[in-house]
This record gives sequence, C-alpha cells and structure tokens, in this order.
Amino acid sequence: MKGKAWKFGNNIDTDLIIPARYLNTSDPAELAKYAMMDADAEWVDKMNKGDFIVAGDNFGCGSSREHAPVALKAAGVSAIIAKSFARIFYRNSINIGLPILEAPQAAEEIKEGDEVEVDIAAGEIKNLTSGKSYKAQPFPEFMQKIVDRGGLINYLKSRTK
Amino acid sequence: MAQTISQKILAKHAGLKSVEPGQLISCKVDLVLGNDITAPPAIKEFEKIGVSKVFDKKKIYLVPDHFTPAKDIKSAEQVKMMRHFAQKYGIVNFFEIGCMGVEHALLPEMGAIKPGDLIIGADSHTCTYGALGAFSTGVGSTDMAAGMATGEVWFKVPEQLKFVYHGKLPKWVEAKDLILYTIGQIGVDGARYMSMEFTGPAIDTLSVEGRLTMANMAIEAGGKNGIFAVDAKTEAYLKKVKAGKGLVYRSDADAEYKEIYEWDISKIEPQVSFPHLPSNTKPVSQCGSVKIDQSVIGSCTNGRIEDMRVAAKILKGKKVNKAVRLIILPATQKIELQMMKEGLTEIFIKAGAAVSTPTCGPCLGGHMGILAEGERSIATTNRNFVGRMGHPKSEVYLSNVAVAAASAVAGRIVSPAAL
Repeated sequence: MKGKAWKFGNNIDTDLIIPARYLNTSDPAELAKYAMMDADAEWVDKMNKGDFIVAGDNFGCGSSREHAPVALKAAGVSAIIAKSFARIFYRNSINIGLPILEAPQAAEEIKEGDEVEVDIAAGEIKNLTSGKSYKAQPFPEFMQKIVDRGGLINYLKSRTK
Repeated sequence: MAQTISQKILAKHAGLKSVEPGQLISCKVDLVLGNDITAPPAIKEFEKIGVSKVFDKKKIYLVPDHFTPAKDIKSAEQVKMMRHFAQKYGIVNFFEIGCMGVEHALLPEMGAIKPGDLIIGADSHTCTYGALGAFSTGVGSTDMAAGMATGEVWFKVPEQLKFVYHGKLPKWVEAKDLILYTIGQIGVDGARYMSMEFTGPAIDTLSVEGRLTMANMAIEAGGKNGIFAVDAKTEAYLKKVKAGKGLVYRSDADAEYKEIYEWDISKIEPQVSFPHLPSNTKPVSQCGSVKIDQSVIGSCTNGRIEDMRVAAKILKGKKVNKAVRLIILPATQKIELQMMKEGLTEIFIKAGAAVSTPTCGPCLGGHMGILAEGERSIATTNRNFVGRMGHPKSEVYLSNVAVAAASAVAGRIVSPAAL
C-alpha cells in the first residue's frame, strides 16, 4: 500500500477521532464523514483513500468506541503508524482489520506530505520521499492470525467451522 | 511464582496456575457488558459469527445509558436494537428506562459484581469494578460480540504497577483527588497497558464508593485495570448489595511490580484538571480566576449517593451563581430515590440546580447540558478532551464534587473553603 502521510501529535484521543455527537449511528460510511473532525475539520476532504496517519504516543486514548478505528478505516486510511497506541484502540483496530504499526522512529521522522509505502505482512515502512526504511514491531503470532483473516469475527468463523 | 491480585484472577480464568506479564492467554469471562453506543455494533458483529445462542443469558448486561432517555431518533433506534436483541436471545439483564442507571454505578449497586470476577465491558470505564476486587477492563464492540458468543476473551497479561498512598486525607480532599493527582503525576499514558493496584493507609480509610471513583479513572492513565484488595468495608458493601462473597485474592508480598509509586497525600489540595487532558492537574489554590458557565455533578465517576451528600452539604441554603447552570445527575434510580428521602433533591432545587434523571448525558457531550462555543464547565466527570462536552472550542475542568458545587455558587473555580 502506498499513500501520503498525515501527521498528528501525542495522545490523540477517541473524541478527536470521532466525537460522541456522531455516535448515534454505527454506520461506517456515516462515521467516516466525521473522522478526525475535532482535530482538523477539513481533514476528511483533504485526505485521499490509501493515505496514512502518522502519530506520536498513545494514539487512540480514551473511550472504547470501536467507531474510532471504524471511522478511519471507512474514510480510507490504509494504516496508522504511531510511536505507541492506547490499549483499547490497539485491540479494536486488530479486531476490525485496520492495520496499525508501532514504529517510533518512523513516526518521528516521517513528515506531513511524505509519500509512504507499507508492507503490512513484512512490517516494513518505506518513506519514498526521504528514501529511509523502517521496521515495525511484529505482532505476536496469535494476533497476526487475526490480522491475516481481516479481523476477529472472521477468525472466529474460521475457527468454529 | 509470586503474583498480584490481577495476575491471580487472570490465571484462574485461563485455567493456569500462574501468568507472567506479556503472556497471551484466553480467559473465561463472568460478565459481558455493553451500552447504547457500543452494543449495537456488537450485535451486528455477533450476528455475523453464526452462533444460535449467547454463551450465558444471565451474564450479559445491556445498559442503555449514554444517549437515554433517547435524545433523538437515531439514538432511539440504537436502544430498540438492544431491546430486540435481548428479547431474541433471552438476555435477562436489559435495563429499561425506569430501572436503568449509569452502567458502572448500576452494576455494583445491584450486586452484579463479586471479588475475583473477570469482567469485560464495551465501555472504557468498565475498570470501575476493580474497586470490589474484580479484574475488569474495557474492550470494543467486536470483543463484546466475541465475548457474548463464546464467553471467552484473549488478553495479554499486563505488567503490574503499585500505588501506595500514605497520610490522612485533608478536608475537602476526596478519592477523586487521589486519582487526579495520580494521573497528574504519571500522565495519561503512565499506566498504558498496565494494571494499577491501589494500596496504603489512605486507601484503607476510603469508602467503597470512593474506591469505585478511583478505579473508574484508571483508564485515564492508560491502565488496563485498576484494583483494590478486599477488606471489611468491601465485605460489608457486598453483603448490603447481596453480591455474594466471590473469590478473594491477595497480592503476594514478593510479587513483581514494574514500578511502585508512594505518595504522602496529607498535604495535597483538591485537584483540578485543566483542558484538555486529565493529567493537566493543578491544586485548586493555583487555578487563578477561571470563570465558569456550567457545573456538572454526576457520571460513573462521581454520581453516587455519597457524592450527592457532599454536594448537598455545600449547597444547603446557598444559591447557584446567576451566571452558572448547575446540572446534577444521580447515577441510578436508587440513588435518585435516596436523594429524595434524605431531602437532598429539595436542597438542590432550592439552590437553583437542575436535577436530571440518570444518564451519562453531558459527560460525553451527548445531551442534557451541552456547551456552546467558548463556554466552560467544571465537572465531576472523567474526561476533558477537546469537544468532550460540546463545541470543540468549549472547555471542561475536572474536579471533585465539593469543588464543583462550590464553584457553581462562586461562579468561578474555587475551593469549598473559600465560600
């Protein structure tokens, strides 16, 4: 996957990712319209499908609302690269099949607007603008299986068959 | 292997003798919880799994509390979906308006939580139940769906943190201040992925309600769970709510902690978290002159009867400042009734406060007290993120109950001692 990097800071909370005033629905397409609304109201219009979010520490802190990774995925974010993720957001992203990469150096050095290429299976991040490559923290085997199947529900379905 | 309370509960539910931090385990759960925001997507996911029944009809709790009584048509549809799901699968614990309450106040009060239980809830403040010696943590809707279908959940065993509080709580300092102080010290990711065990002489003096307030905000430091050892106060509480004794665990003396924090709290003041992070704390005397438009007393953090008594003590015979809207939200029907019996509701209404039916309401910017652009609210709630209570350019200041009540009278953030 290839796309442009959009930079966000530390402690980006789930209220910034999808404010509660839009949580009276769980329709992904509807939620996508308001992704990152309170961090940058124009972001959804500026970004293109396939782009990446590159953020600092503790991305997705706060509420357990799965609507947050769902909104980003439906908006077309192909993966999130961050120094670290908040726990529930991390779980939720894996469970709904939104790729997330914990890569502190990449998150620090990639600049807004850089062209980035990511190989999720290999955990490789390439900054095509600067020419630098990074390796993300690999998932434990069990989580990799969930990721490979596109989320927890598909994983459970394959297990119960 | 020496273990903490949290590790012992996880090991028990994974069918193991012991567990180590970092270990991936699959646990049986005692209770699965969801609300009107998180349950509807969980229900959609549940239906995709292809099972014909839930793992246990009595162990699933569905509490429509966030946007209820339904604030708009879409919210009403969400609750309708929960109601139908409960009927379809024979789920016993669905709470309609009239018997519902804010989930994390309701469940302990009705005796649904026992020590040693392992609980998952699709709400980040599910960590509240650690106050009763349970391992309890927030998850998302898909985990809730999987939990409802299988009765199991996967965990990475968290690293352990211990917090020891020494000294006597000064006047007007509440359990809320201990947790705000803690978050101020370690930051909003200071306990990321970790267990927070709260101990020490000051903790022993706290009521169970105060401990619920502290455990509630473990998530605000990034914690996976917050936990307290069971003592005589816990036992008396469990007896009162007819919860059963459960399984009581103690942390081994030589259990390993990633970090141990020790604080003397005898000199701390009531704490105020400035916008826009709970960790942005200041002692109340150093807040300067912050004028407020609204004060909110309630939520899963501070909406219990003891909180209402503190508020009444301050508001009795006083008037809410003309420039301030004071909104008081008892967290459950039972609390609301008790307020009436004790005459607290009358005190609030005479003071010029609006008393609401139980709801999460303004805490998450849902309804019942949304802020306009540029407005400020002090609140006994748990989060002060950008836009949390309304307009992205509004501000929320977090405090204990006494400060929120006193500030409503003064029109600006003050210590109750200043009234």
